[in-house]
Amino acid sequence: MSAGPDNARVVTLTVNGERVSRRVAARAHLVDFLRDTLDLTGTHVGCEHGVCGACTVRVDGMAVRGCLMLAVQADGAVVETVEGLTDRGAIADLQEAFLARNALQCGFCTPGMLITIAELLEREAAPSRAAIREAISGNYCRCTGYQAIVDAVERTLAARAGRAT
Amino acid sequence: MKAPDFAYARPTVLSEVFDLLDGDGDVRLLAGGQSLVPSLNMRLSAPSLLVDINRLPGLSGIEARDGVVRIGALTRHGEIARSALIAERLPLLAMAAPHIAHAAIRNRGTFGGSIALADPAAEWPACCLALGATMVVASRAGERRVAAGDFFTGLFATALRRGEVLVAIEIASPPAGSVAHFSELARRRGDYAIVGLAAQVARAEDGAMDPRLAFFGVGDRPVLAEATRRVIAGGGGIADAQATLGRDLAPTGDAECAGATKLHLARVLLGRAMAALRTRGDA
Ligand SMILES: Cc1cc2nc3c(=O)[nH]c(=O)nc-3n(C[C@H](O)[C@H](O)[C@H](O)COP(=O)(O)OP(=O)(O)OC[C@H]3O[C@@H](n4cnc5c(N)ncnc54)[C@H](O)[C@@H]3O)c2cc1C
Ligand code: FES
Ligand code: FES
Repeated sequence: MSAGPDNARVVTLTVNGERVSRRVAARAHLVDFLRDTLDLTGTHVGCEHGVCGACTVRVDGMAVRGCLMLAVQADGAVVETVEGLTDRGAIADLQEAFLARNALQCGFCTPGMLITIAELLEREAAPSRAAIREAISGNYCRCTGYQAIVDAVERTLAARAGRAT
Repeated sequence: MKAPDFAYARPTVLSEVFDLLDGDGDVRLLAGGQSLVPSLNMRLSAPSLLVDINRLPGLSGIEARDGVVRIGALTRHGEIARSALIAERLPLLAMAAPHIAHAAIRNRGTFGGSIALADPAAEWPACCLALGATMVVASRAGERRVAAGDFFTGLFATALRRGEVLVAIEIASPPAGSVAHFSELARRRGDYAIVGLAAQVARAEDGAMDPRLAFFGVGDRPVLAEATRRVIAGGGGIADAQATLGRDLAPTGDAECAGATKLHLARVLLGRAMAALRTRGDA
């Protein structure tokens, strides 16, 4: 049985490995729920219409725009933010490469970039520079000029390939 | 900005969706949300109720039966991009998918949502036109089928009536020897096209071509270039075809560029397509 229409409802989901249950307004999008209700401010909010990529998080393993999904839609889902990926060490090498290549300045875009790139690295073993650029084309960075970010991804790829052989 | 207040329902059977669509007020279906939620956040629309169809069984997935590929309305853009069945049977869709937005948006946006929205610059409606797709529409009264050529009726307007849900899109596999061609011009990767071309081209053994050319970004809906098709099928060359395209298309200008520029760009895409098709060996 599904509940009838309502302007707010209780959702239960897993966020960074922890089960949480909260009442949320139907109009609240996922990124506001993560930031304001759960205090997970690693994920940023920019344009709120899908263009900048700052709000990108993982839902059931896939990168999605946190500003274009309602929190009520995440009921039952497994959500992961940059805090979760960091805590379980899943992107430690990528983060180290970002630091080494100066792939962030103000850092506003970085959490969204990391989530987006983490998915690329899982889907493709050896993406070209062009494919990396394509993958981050939906993540705006107003500081770095992107070259350093692409460099950091290549550095991570090279290190991972080296480790695999 | 933040979305206005609205009520939310998440039915798990189609009959419940029909009940909710019958209610008063501005009731909207919520599929991938990748067009609807931005319009809510920007306060361009203020529905009273969103009916989330994401948990309805049977609306998602790609399957082939009797030479027809059936794509559930809830199938995500990304699933189509990664489907081996689509790459084999309907390569036009595989070619178009990477041009739609960005990976995170393709993970969520749906085939049916894009077709129901009918943005004149969107890739999927043009592909459906080029492929002669059939839209499967359900309502309390039962199912009906609408040909792509009759489905797109204007700017963000379709043949869908109040109370109806687009449930699937059926596309017959193109005949052997037919090839797909897709290209578009956009300012940035992932942007909606300024002008685009989705083409499915039947080719005879002697090299004669019979192309279904669907242009998008050139008016209030995607357009099949029929006069140009006849010129090409009759053996006309690139210059003839490009000249004739002016009879098929009458683009109006938009924020992107003037109508005359769009017609010029459509001719450029047509010329490139014909040149590429002539040299392709994968007939
Ligand atoms: C930054 C950005 C860039 C984008 N770039 C592109 C692009 O280049 N090309 C492109 O084509 N699209 C682009 N999109 C839009 C994206 O493809 C959307 O996914 C798509 O337009 C709508 O599909 P949806 O499932 O998200 O639908 P929703 O946003 O959920 O719904 C859209 C409309 O369709 C209706 N609807 C949805 N499903 C059904 C159904 N089954 N039956 C009846 N009505 C239905 C809804 O009620 C609503 O009115 C972009 C989006 C963003 C945010
Ligand atoms: S805040 Fe979501 S894409 Fe910009
Ligand atoms: S580091 Fe400032 S926006 Fe990317």
